[in-house]
Amino acid sequence: MPTEISVNDERRTVDAAPDTPLLYVLAGELELKGPRFGCGLAQCGSCSVLIDGLETRACVTPLSAVGTRSVTTLEGLARWFARQRGLREPPELHPVQRAFIDEQALQCGYCFNGITIKAAELLARNPRPSEAEIRTAMNGHLCRCGAYPRILKAIERASRELDR
Amino acid sequence: MSDDTALASFPRRDLLKAGGALLIGFAVPAARAQEPLGIALMLGPDQPDQKRLDTWLAIHADNTATVFHGYAELGQGAATALLQIAAEELDLGIEQMNVAALGSHRSPNQGATAASASVALGGQRVRTAAAEARQTLLRLASSRLGAPVESLTVERGVVSDTRAGGARVSYGELLGDKPFDVPFTGQAPVKPVSRYTLVGTSVPRKDIPAKVRGTYTYMQHVRLPGMLHGRVVRPRGQGAYRDAARVLRIDTSSIADIPGARVVRRANFVGVVAPREWDAVRAARQLRVEWDERTALPGTQGMYARMRASQTIDRVVLATGDVDAALASAARVVARSYHGPYQAHVPFAPNCALADVRGDEARVICSTQNIYEARAKVATVLRLPVERVALEYCEGSGTFGRSCHDDAAEAAALMSQLAGAPVRVQLMRQDEHGWDNFGPAHVAEVRIGVDAAGKLTAYEYHGWQHGWSTVETSEQLALGTPAADTTGPIAMELSPLNLGSMYEIANRKLVNHRVPGIDGYLKAANLRSPLDVSIAFASEQTVDELAALVGADPYEFRHRNMTDERWLGVLDAAANAAGWQPREPGAARGRARIATGRGIAVGTHTSSYAAAVADIEVDRDTGAIVAKHLYGALDAGLAVNPGFLENQIIGMLVQAASRMLKEEVTFDDRRVTSTDWASYPILRFAECPAVTPIVIQRTNQPSSGGGEEVLGPAAAAIANALFDATGVRLREYPLTPARVLAALRAA
Repeated sequence: MPTEISVNDERRTVDAAPDTPLLYVLAGELELKGPRFGCGLAQCGSCSVLIDGLETRACVTPLSAVGTRSVTTLEGLARWFARQRGLREPPELHPVQRAFIDEQALQCGYCFNGITIKAAELLARNPRPSEAEIRTAMNGHLCRCGAYPRILKAIERASRELDR
Repeated sequence: MSDDTALASFPRRDLLKAGGALLIGFAVPAARAQEPLGIALMLGPDQPDQKRLDTWLAIHADNTATVFHGYAELGQGAATALLQIAAEELDLGIEQMNVAALGSHRSPNQGATAASASVALGGQRVRTAAAEARQTLLRLASSRLGAPVESLTVERGVVSDTRAGGARVSYGELLGDKPFDVPFTGQAPVKPVSRYTLVGTSVPRKDIPAKVRGTYTYMQHVRLPGMLHGRVVRPRGQGAYRDAARVLRIDTSSIADIPGARVVRRANFVGVVAPREWDAVRAARQLRVEWDERTALPGTQGMYARMRASQTIDRVVLATGDVDAALASAARVVARSYHGPYQAHVPFAPNCALADVRGDEARVICSTQNIYEARAKVATVLRLPVERVALEYCEGSGTFGRSCHDDAAEAAALMSQLAGAPVRVQLMRQDEHGWDNFGPAHVAEVRIGVDAAGKLTAYEYHGWQHGWSTVETSEQLALGTPAADTTGPIAMELSPLNLGSMYEIANRKLVNHRVPGIDGYLKAANLRSPLDVSIAFASEQTVDELAALVGADPYEFRHRNMTDERWLGVLDAAANAAGWQPREPGAARGRARIATGRGIAVGTHTSSYAAAVADIEVDRDTGAIVAKHLYGALDAGLAVNPGFLENQIIGMLVQAASRMLKEEVTFDDRRVTSTDWASYPILRFAECPAVTPIVIQRTNQPSSGGGEEVLGPAAAAIANALFDATGVRLREYPLTPARVLAALRAA
């Protein structure tokens, strides 16, 4: 059944049953690499996207629940950030992505889709979070490699960058 | 309705039309390094000849080089570290280096990417191959430039004649995509360490920018045209390894409403395939299968007693001096038993694999840690000759040993063969959690003695555990292959290196009690730092207890019993980083609700040297432990890329906290019950300790393992910190709030 949704500022028509979780639409039909399967249970954060700016688990969000709201994936994050901040041109990367590279924060990196989405949501809401606030915000996202310490450092670094 | 023949009507591809061969752009270019690094494949020559230089290296016209090796990048940076080694010998810049994708028809067989082998073992091979390549290139340059080799220098792949008016030529101009066509002798002299400019520096990892951008292709992203989506259908959680689940009935009508969904089945191997992924997921959930499940497991509660009482095969791993006499004459002896649970790999992304089986040929893409072994396993389930199977590696999420990657590869292969189409199998969370090859549980009985001067004199350790399962679930279900486990000296049995060798102890006895793994236990395999967490938990707590008994500071006690400068080096490095102050055992204990404690421990895996210090807080009211700050020191010889080692230490410290405080596979008498992140919790952001990684650079020592060694000591340091904080020791981990609370109340 054709459904129209807004993904990364584009109107996309997708052909999927209304109960199909958004993840399968984004990763399968639209072939986006950002949102990715991790648990299918909203436990790990692997599939996270922003829906109207709120971090949302795409693996348990039915396509029919998206409606006219706008979906932003990792692919559209820099543009979303530019709009948030009123920048004329989107940066190449969201500042938190830049910080992840600078801190060499990844190990396998698979969880970084959700980590990045959540950190971007946090910084949009609270540009100068305390370490405790970062930990609380990020607590619903798992990293099996144990890369948490450098992720925390990188988010703090991105926060400082935003302040300048 | 039983259904063995659901596939009979399933459309099979006309193999003749397809040419009977797998020829999707598989032409073999003259210089095979020109293949795109994505998912290209050759069904051509079998395993490349390791005695040819071209097997290891290729030089391209654009003056870059590609290194071929047999190790999988597992998110640890090993791929970049190996490029650093090659670039150093070749006098190329790191940005001029590429690594070839791993494939069974392309990569040299260097065995498994396990036991921290990549840099420790692979590094030397890459180094000597690169040195030989440079020697060959200089010979070519010499004749091209008419200059003696002695007058040539190389910078970033440009060879210059240093004599007045001397000319220059680049590697690319000399060889550009043509083969070396020379044997690899391993005889070329390598660069002296003193001249290193790239090895020993923390160059950034090459894979990180694409991973951050979201453009990196993980296994889970790979698609083939015309593929179906497959899901395995199994009981929720494995039963006893010996008694694989048996299908009693399948009601295929239960998925009749799902478009294009089909059951694929061989014996007790059941899967569903569908053109759309969500339909495959739904079908796997919805398919009604009645299983014959046995009640052959001891349950989490009964496991240790069963292990201890089982008929074991015993082996004295080490016996020096006279332990019995030394224990009898010791001033103080501590004798204790310890229990360590099954723990799970549970990669963040459940394993995924893609297979295209056509007639007598198969192409499989998966995230195995051993492409050649996985290829043989796939050939077995397909009943094909091994040389007709091409297997490629694509990185998934961090796997930490043999998770379900080979099982996923077998499942995809079986489903493709049965469905007559390429099939992508993505395991669901419950499949990965429930059907893992778990790190085996361990029972330890330890006796250690000291003399009146507080010197360790006797060390006796008995360890019980079973070996590793050799048959993956899919094969067991599809072919009925009987369960079998294997054991061997490294990582499956007690390791002398980890059991007292760090201390000077004249009398030592280590006895391995091999539990029969097929006798009512779970499937098992190597989980990062196999056995080390359990061994360190037992051994280093007993040593700590002796220190307390003789009134010694735990750091000083270890120090006085060591002589090896590398063990002393890591012990001192961890203690110094933590600002260790001599502490009277238990002196820090107060009555406050939040008790703080500090512990220290040493240990390793099969090489290298590690020590850790843990600062923790214990909530006396809830029993909850929080690891506040972990310090880990690692001496892995020559650190090719210290930054990567730091990142490994950080990961090991966090995983040590996770494994010591939270992780435990649970099961009842029928099946595993920890099948998701709620029932198998791991450490989260809110609980994450501050970490201090310390890399000890030893340029005069060969590189040794760097991905496993800190886990054991860090975990044991946490257990020792609990004693420091509360005066209570736990003999079984994880140190859950319930266990801590019970121990505090009993104290």
